[in-house]
Amino acid sequence: MRSKTFWQAYARNKAARFGLVIMILVVVLGLFAGVLFPASPWDMVNAPFLPPLSDGALLGTDTLGRDIAAGIAYGARVSLLIGMTSTAVAVVVGVTLGALAGFFGGWVDDALMRFTELFQTIPNFVLTVVLVAIFTPSQRSIISAIAIVSWPPLARLARAEFMSLRSREFVQAAMTTGQSNMAIIFREILPNSLSPLIVSASLMVATAVLLESSLSFLGLGDPNAMSWGYMIGSARTVIRQAWWMSFFPGLAILLTVLALNLIGEGLNDALNPRLSRQGKA
Amino acid sequence: MAAISVAEPPPPLLDVRGLSIALPDGADRPFAVDNLSFTLNPDEILCVVGESGSGKSMTAHAVMGLLPPSVRLAAGGLFFRDTNVLTQPEAKRRELRGGRIAMIFQEPMTALNPLMRVGEQVEESLRAHTPLDRAGRRARVQELFAQVGLPNPAELVRSYPFRLSGGQRQRVMIALALACEPDLLIADEPTTALDVTTQKQILDLIRRIQAERHMGVMFITHDFGVVAEIAHRVAVMQNGKMVEIGTAAEVLNRPRHPYTRQLIAAVPHTMGQRAAFARVGEPLLRAEGINKIFRVGGGLFRKAKEVVAGHEIALTIHAGETVGLVGESGSGKSTLGRSIVGLMKPDNGHIFFRGTDLMTLAPRDFRPFRREIQMVFQDPYASLNPRRTVGDIIAQGPVAFGESPSVARAKAEELLGLVGLDGNAAGRYPHEFSGGQRQRISIARALAMGPSLLIADEPVSALDVSVQAQVLGLLDDIRRRFNLSMLFITHDLRIASRVCDTIAVMRRGVIVETGPADRVFGDPRHAYTRALLDAIPGRGWHVPAELAQCPAELAQ
Repeated sequence: MRSKTFWQAYARNKAARFGLVIMILVVVLGLFAGVLFPASPWDMVNAPFLPPLSDGALLGTDTLGRDIAAGIAYGARVSLLIGMTSTAVAVVVGVTLGALAGFFGGWVDDALMRFTELFQTIPNFVLTVVLVAIFTPSQRSIISAIAIVSWPPLARLARAEFMSLRSREFVQAAMTTGQSNMAIIFREILPNSLSPLIVSASLMVATAVLLESSLSFLGLGDPNAMSWGYMIGSARTVIRQAWWMSFFPGLAILLTVLALNLIGEGLNDALNPRLSRQGKA
Repeated sequence: MAAISVAEPPPPLLDVRGLSIALPDGADRPFAVDNLSFTLNPDEILCVVGESGSGKSMTAHAVMGLLPPSVRLAAGGLFFRDTNVLTQPEAKRRELRGGRIAMIFQEPMTALNPLMRVGEQVEESLRAHTPLDRAGRRARVQELFAQVGLPNPAELVRSYPFRLSGGQRQRVMIALALACEPDLLIADEPTTALDVTTQKQILDLIRRIQAERHMGVMFITHDFGVVAEIAHRVAVMQNGKMVEIGTAAEVLNRPRHPYTRQLIAAVPHTMGQRAAFARVGEPLLRAEGINKIFRVGGGLFRKAKEVVAGHEIALTIHAGETVGLVGESGSGKSTLGRSIVGLMKPDNGHIFFRGTDLMTLAPRDFRPFRREIQMVFQDPYASLNPRRTVGDIIAQGPVAFGESPSVARAKAEELLGLVGLDGNAAGRYPHEFSGGQRQRISIARALAMGPSLLIADEPVSALDVSVQAQVLGLLDDIRRRFNLSMLFITHDLRIASRVCDTIAVMRRGVIVETGPADRVFGDPRHAYTRALLDAIPGRGWHVPAELAQCPAELAQ
């Protein structure tokens, strides 16, 4: 896939462009949170219960007088950091195990897939909660927990791709020309199986963002970092008096997850030209 | 006064007038079908011949009203018995389709619904187009199945498609097409996916049914052997244009258009004209007692079905010899080829290569032999990694054996020139090349290893006939130049007769006959060899002498 044609194919999808723009905005917001809001988001900077558009608090303040806009900006950091890192870990683990299972087959495949199924039988969220609770909430434990529940679908996908590509003639040709297994895995098979993996990884970031928010909502977030889930969780008792305290963080989650899904779909269309719907402007 | 009666020719069944079908912007040519005019009379078989991309299938699909949404009818009319099919409302066209005009497809497996019993699929068409009641339809289906020669129709109607063989499925498709007694039958490469003996049966069936019912048949094919077998008239298409149309005898024996002449000259025709091969010394490769059984579908509680792909196979290949391994699909010929290059392990047996038994070697000890034994694969679209440049693909083997990348790369460019491609092809990606060019790249990749034995597994079966001739010529040329031995695996006896010194005929995992090509083709001893030879389409027709002598490229 040449990069120019890739971008042309991606840009043809309006929704995907929209998703990319939102995502860039969220990233910029997270990166420049310290510039936009020099004060800590935990500081009480104003009177509590200020509605949106008040003086000095664009999106209002919470029950303790903390600025909600600042919370959202710093929360973007946490959400993106945890979403991306946990997905990266999940991709490395999942693709490695799936690739080994799919390439070698036989007992390697059996052993790795039974191991994978072990994780798939436990509901994702329950397992995350248990893991975070055991290892005490911190950024590292949250990332590990989300990664541990996220890799099995990637492993299965990588395995399926490797299994089908392994029997393709160009891979067999590489074997007959004496390539080592590692060279075949990395140079012949992996580049050809990247498209579906990239797509599902981009969708997985969205799931990870949601998982992190859910954990924070339950009070299992990193106690030192302001996050969207924590903001909603702490505002839920006053939702009837002060809607804005849970509305804006909720909107942030919605837009981020939506953007990631649109990007994922756009990547899917751009990377798999045969599957993309024809005649779509 | 006697009236002078002039025999009025019957009005044509199908009259195509100036038909043009536009391709979407950015395609390699503006029109898939360009100003096409021809007629098809009742009670005749018109063969439409052309290479892939010539627009022959597009024409058939236009008649059926099954054009893909990306193309557009630009001009012209399609008259079926004086009604212009193209201007009819969809409801009327649906009535025509399946009722008056029926179609058979190339791939009988994908054309049948896998989840429906075959009898029901035929009944469905009867329900849509005839007033028959349930019992009447049932009876009609059985009658049809009997007519197309399906064994035991009463039981077979209750089978699902996957239970049937390829030939049986195609018979079901024909029964389906015939269900409503159509006047016009369109057959789009109906025998291309079938084995040669099955192909003969299906061709016989189509010819018989056409004669019985006096139907018009539009038969699309790329194979001049099939044309010679079945056609009354022939139309030749090239790049969406019809270049020649005439009676079968005219076109086959006195082709006028240069393109037709080129196609006919490319038809593999030499039957046993090679100089006899003298085997000297020890064989390069000697396989003995090879057995291989595949177990399919077994599970924890089910017994697996056993398929014999090899039973006590013995084969020798001498230096410089080309051995043709011939047989129908599933006969185990690819299994043997793959076992020799080490992609597959037989259950037992010995493969001696220069005296070393490859079967007993550990993977590490097998590695040096990789250089000696190379393979050219069947599908040129699947055998090259789409994400690597051609130069990389060719150089990867020597580099894996320790050659420096720059030397390997220079050698790759040299080899590309040798197989008839530009040196600058090395920097490009496989998708920029045509099927024939890709197969040349594949050959260059094998040659880069400096092999002494080349396994060619159906190397030309995915190519058009004129390209086929060129690639076969190339293989023959490099074989002579490098004194290569070759195991040439093919299902096409005409091709085998052209390039092979020795022929081994395989059937259900057993080599039933081995011998010099001349002897096997001239005096076949095994009944199966005779059946295979007898099934070659167009045996009664010979390529005109003036074209048989010159190579395809010069025929124009």
